[in-house]
Amino acid sequence: MDKESNLYTFTFAILMVLIVGTALALTSELLQPKKKQNAADKKMIDILSAIGVNASRSEAEFMFNKYVTDQTVINNDGQIVDGSAFDIDVLFQHRDKTLSDEEKKYPIFTAIKDNQKYIIVPMAGNGLWGPVWGFVALEDDYETIHGAAFDHKAETPGLGAEINTDFFELPFKGKKIRNNDGEFVSVEVKKGGAEEGNISQVDGITGGTITSDGVSDMLYNTLKIYNNYFSNITNQNDSIFITSYIKIKENEILF
Amino acid sequence: MKSFFNKQHQKLIADPLGDQNPITIQVLGICSALAITTQLENALVMTLAVIFVMTSASSIISLLRNHVPNRIRIIVQLLVVASLVALVDQILKAFLPDASEQLSVFIGLIITNCIIMGRLEAFAMGNKLYESFLDALGNAFGYGWILVAVAFVRELFGSGKLMGYDIPGFSYLYEMGYMNNNLMILPPMALVVVGVIIWIQRSRNTDLVEEN
Repeated sequence: MDKESNLYTFTFAILMVLIVGTALALTSELLQPKKKQNAADKKMIDILSAIGVNASRSEAEFMFNKYVTDQTVINNDGQIVDGSAFDIDVLFQHRDKTLSDEEKKYPIFTAIKDNQKYIIVPMAGNGLWGPVWGFVALEDDYETIHGAAFDHKAETPGLGAEINTDFFELPFKGKKIRNNDGEFVSVEVKKGGAEEGNISQVDGITGGTITSDGVSDMLYNTLKIYNNYFSNITNQNDSIFITSYIKIKENEILF
Repeated sequence: MKSFFNKQHQKLIADPLGDQNPITIQVLGICSALAITTQLENALVMTLAVIFVMTSASSIISLLRNHVPNRIRIIVQLLVVASLVALVDQILKAFLPDASEQLSVFIGLIITNCIIMGRLEAFAMGNKLYESFLDALGNAFGYGWILVAVAFVRELFGSGKLMGYDIPGFSYLYEMGYMNNNLMILPPMALVVVGVIIWIQRSRNTDLVEEN
């Protein structure tokens, strides 16, 4: 058969594509469970790092089950809805433009470390070159940040990419997402450095302004939604407190 | 002449390491040399990936060379390279997830590495399996050692680390006021470091210098 004929060329091309396609599809299928496991391990490591627990890949699952005691899913209004918190991919959800805000779901992980309760929330946003994401752990007053862990896909090394290092993450500890009046303000990543004594600002990264702003926006947009849920809980607690207070008062009157 | 590793075979391996180096002489594969040489570990994984892709692609193309229709030969080469790269990417994701995360898009970009296509078109299409394999091996190592050398310099002076580990003596240097050079981490410095290697190479072997 003539090597340069159209028929041969087409047959050759089709055969090549079939062989290559089958081989790649097979490998991908075979390695799928392993890749899924890797992704889940990585997520557990990230969640744990927000409360300052460093786990290696091999012990990720064990440590996760040890510390994380409860998982909840809320919607845009801060109401609890059904669903598996761990399976929600907030980054995917963030980039899915077809999803309306009402359809989005927000996972909450409750962890207990040293008898202290922490609330860990995942978040996703935009950096300069690609997405940024992170996990923030709040103390059980629902406003003080205990720890934060950020990561990114492709920020500039040495500049924006520094958001996943201690020097950027550690200052978040102790910051409050509400001001003294109890209003939601989020935590701002401030260009030029946080104002002295401001409880809701951290230093931005010089030369990494767009990434810093991206983290700032991500914190604001996500924590705003979680704050709805948090205020629901705290209000409930307050009302329980008030009703019991009234009851005590009634009792006083009665006696 | 019929020996397993004769003079000609030696030349196939040795030339790309020195006087026919793909990066410093042919100035190919510069893009990835700039992008992934901020850390030694990434450079090593990248080198291994390129060695695998190049040797396999060259061998496959060499075996197919008498059957590939001339009109679609470039597409066939691209298909072979692309599927091998996809394979490497899958394997890294499954077995070396951390390295895969670090290299992310650059593994995929091996497809566009001009050295690979260049060697397929220039050598593997016209030579036997064994020679093509050696040629690919030589060129992949030629690419790799430059990558590793550049990454060594950049990580050492840019981050004060090697393979991600702190260097013991550096804490004293920091106390004396030494600072890591952040410029080293930025892409332009890779070009400068490659330039310095080219400079050294040409000053040692003046035959390489073009007559003006």
